[in-house]
Amino acid sequence: MSTEAIKAKPKAQDYATDQDVRWCPGCGDYSILKQVQSVFAELEVDKDNTVFISGIGCSSRFPYYMNTYGMHSIHGRAPAFASGLKSINPDLNLWVITGDGDSLSIGGNHFIHALRRNFNLNILLFNNQIYGLTKGQYSPTSEKGKVTKSTPVGSVDHPFNPLALSMGADSTFVARSMDRDPKHLRAVLLRAQEHKGTSLVEIYQNCNIFNDGAFFTFTEKETKGETVLFAEQGKPLVFGANNDKGIKLDGFTPRVVNLSEASANELWIHDETDRVKAGILTRFFDDPSKEGALPRPFGIFYVEQRSNYETEMIAQVNKAVAAKKANLNDLLRGSNTWEIK
Amino acid sequence: MTVVKEIKEVVTILFAGDSGDGIQLTGGQFTDTAAMLGNDISTFPNFPAEIRAPIGTVAGVSGFQLNFGSVEIFTPGDQCDVLVVMNAAALKVNLKSLKPGGVIIANTAGFDKKNLRLAKMDEEYTIQADKKLDGFKVHEVDVTKLTRETLESSGLGTKAVDRSKNMFVLGFLYWIYDRPMDNTINFIESKFKGKQDLIDTNIKVMKAGYHYGETCEAFPTQIEVKPADIEKGVYRNVIGNQAAAIGLIAAANKAGLDLFYGTYPITPASDILHTLSRHKNFNVKTYQAEDEIAAICSAIGASYGGALGVTASSGPGIALKGEAIGLAVSLELPLVIVNVQRGGPSTGLPTKTEQSDLLQAMYGRNGEAPVPIIAAQSPTDCFDAVYEACKIAVEHVTPVFFLSDGFIANGSEPWKVLSEDQLSDITVKFAPPREESDAAFLPYQRDEKGSRPWAIPGTKGLAHRIGGIEKENLTGNISYDPDNHELMTRLRQEKVDNIANYLPEQKLDSGKEGDKLLVLTWGSTYGVVKTAVQDLQKEGVSVAHAHVRYMNPLPKNLSELLKKFDKILMPEMNNGQFVRIIRDKFLVPAIPFNKIQGLPFYSREIKAKIKEVLN
Ligand code: SF4
Repeated sequence: MSTEAIKAKPKAQDYATDQDVRWCPGCGDYSILKQVQSVFAELEVDKDNTVFISGIGCSSRFPYYMNTYGMHSIHGRAPAFASGLKSINPDLNLWVITGDGDSLSIGGNHFIHALRRNFNLNILLFNNQIYGLTKGQYSPTSEKGKVTKSTPVGSVDHPFNPLALSMGADSTFVARSMDRDPKHLRAVLLRAQEHKGTSLVEIYQNCNIFNDGAFFTFTEKETKGETVLFAEQGKPLVFGANNDKGIKLDGFTPRVVNLSEASANELWIHDETDRVKAGILTRFFDDPSKEGALPRPFGIFYVEQRSNYETEMIAQVNKAVAAKKANLNDLLRGSNTWEIK
Repeated sequence: MTVVKEIKEVVTILFAGDSGDGIQLTGGQFTDTAAMLGNDISTFPNFPAEIRAPIGTVAGVSGFQLNFGSVEIFTPGDQCDVLVVMNAAALKVNLKSLKPGGVIIANTAGFDKKNLRLAKMDEEYTIQADKKLDGFKVHEVDVTKLTRETLESSGLGTKAVDRSKNMFVLGFLYWIYDRPMDNTINFIESKFKGKQDLIDTNIKVMKAGYHYGETCEAFPTQIEVKPADIEKGVYRNVIGNQAAAIGLIAAANKAGLDLFYGTYPITPASDILHTLSRHKNFNVKTYQAEDEIAAICSAIGASYGGALGVTASSGPGIALKGEAIGLAVSLELPLVIVNVQRGGPSTGLPTKTEQSDLLQAMYGRNGEAPVPIIAAQSPTDCFDAVYEACKIAVEHVTPVFFLSDGFIANGSEPWKVLSEDQLSDITVKFAPPREESDAAFLPYQRDEKGSRPWAIPGTKGLAHRIGGIEKENLTGNISYDPDNHELMTRLRQEKVDNIANYLPEQKLDSGKEGDKLLVLTWGSTYGVVKTAVQDLQKEGVSVAHAHVRYMNPLPKNLSELLKKFDKILMPEMNNGQFVRIIRDKFLVPAIPFNKIQGLPFYSREIKAKIKEVLN
């Protein structure tokens, strides 16, 4: 690959490394890697100024496959490494790659604190509702009653709703997409990259070895029409195989209405800057097999402009530097001295 | 009245009272004044574990011990000559620390029924009738009453008046030791700037204490401690944690790096954070992380980005950081890990001192994960030791442990003011940018030191991946190859061992080769052992002292030096940690001597043990 080629217009492959990708054949991670590389090509991302930091898990191998800087760190801690790095070099294009076990179990603390601090970085949360790398134990997002190697008679854990958790941690960018919808994923990634703050993108990812089909109701043609709601800014919340249903807010309670019976201006208009509505939308978390279940929303739920931690930290330092010139001799001397003659 | 003056070489005073009695401030002021008069000094504050421990109780007693003299001082002193107690609990806790025949100055107001009850003492107790006080010179002073009388017309409330009673004690001691009050007057004026009433009352009470000494005739003699014969020059006072903070700033400054300090509040390390956060103008970034793990991970992230990453804690926090330290070993990035040790295990004795995390620093990680270790020996040495830790971290591209402990972290001593050009250079070598046409970048190619390049994100042409999985030599790509793993394990170890080639050789602190006994120490026991050994040498005892500061790798000549002695004694404030390393590495029959009370050794304990071993 020559420098001129990059300058001309980078291709997605230019962001791939020479390392063999070692995910299981058919794993949803492949599609996410491909979309990230193609978004990078589209944005002509400078690979020397880009860093991927991950924790531990299948998804956390991601940095090895991106021809950028990368750190495959320790389990759950990627946001903590990212916060130190971003404090030192705020201009880096920084991506954190994590999974449901990595970010919501062992790394839960770092995850919520990263969101509230709002460093300017992107967190891609590959949610496959299972521990893949350790060969199939239930995860903090597995549905209650999940039968796995570690729960032969079903798990008794109530699962996390990652997006509701993110809203609770005052995240400034909350979105959901899926591995099986490249177009949607690309659009969300582009917005995440644009956002100045911690962008949290939950990606439903199929682990075809240990949890195959966990999200098929939302990703497959046969079912997704009735179960999936794509939220688009400024547009009414409409779904259904024939786009014949909508969502209406009855006070704070969302209700499914038939478009033939309801008028268009009664419908919930998606506004990604509305915190209260975003909170309600993240709570659309019903088991899709249940009668009367609300559809599962995808898209950008919430966006807020709020100052970044690193910007404020650096401003404090700059202010101190401007106010008082650093003088090492003065520091060594201190304010109270005496002389022995 | 003409006052007789008695001359003394060394005096140890212990101020004790309730946390709210202003004990630390009184001790600190006496220290500053003594230092300015040219005495050598060493101090040791002893805090209760609870911030607002119940008033008047044994648990709430706070102490400040000060040793000053006209000779060189290396410790805060063994037992004290003068014990100042503000209440009954303070006497109960500290009487054992007073020398036979020593002086007690007791605030009688602190011995009323309520205080006796709080101290769990008999309500009928009186100082006069206490047989245990026979043989001590007891001076009862109703400090509370005298302070109130002094401020009768001030218009201040009783509470505010009582708060200044420590100034009465300070003034009284200033008279006994014939010290001028100017330094404290200046201090009061700047501390209470703009609050003239507080300035006036505090000075008035201090002067009242001084005049009380003059007129009460309780002390017919004043005691004079002449200036010590210490090296000429300009001095300041410094507390160990403060010296460590200044050392970190100085090292980053000399290296031309930003300092990033990722930490989580913990006793007794937090004061380093407090000091650093006030020096942002030196490009210091302090990051109070969500937990101990995030603290070290953020520091590693900062180092990866090209800063001097530092994290600090005490034993329990270091335990939490273990996995990340292993990652830093594997990534081979510069990092300084500060451990201000305290009593353990678990929460242990948070405000007390111990040297019990040496083996944790040495071995407390999974896998083969060698980390260089430097231990400070005194409050001022915290500066030098942490500076060296930074230099090694940056120049050898490795995590480094800096060990301090509660004793030296909170203790203070005079520090001869250094200037910037006396500090050794710290050379930073970032991997240079690379053109596409240049040879491939090899992130794990080593230089003559055995170190890999420090390649920071944002550098053109160096995009590469690192991580905690074993890496192939040179390329850094993931490798599960058995031979490669053995090679990498050895290369990481060699890199650390090789640091010994850049360190000074081990010297004897005192004594000579061939003496009958070598006392071998590390860390904060230095001053106490030095004092004990020198005293015995004056008595003609054949004993030498060596103090190790480079705990890993050990000085190259240490083995040879140890072989020059028949007997080796190793005092440690733990259950025997360094002694295990020495026995293991050099197969010498070193004798452990341990104190595990959360308190430093006394010189007399060391002397007695040396004599026992030699007989
Ligand atoms: S175990 Fe599952 S998540 Fe992991 S690589 Fe295989 S398919 Fe993907």
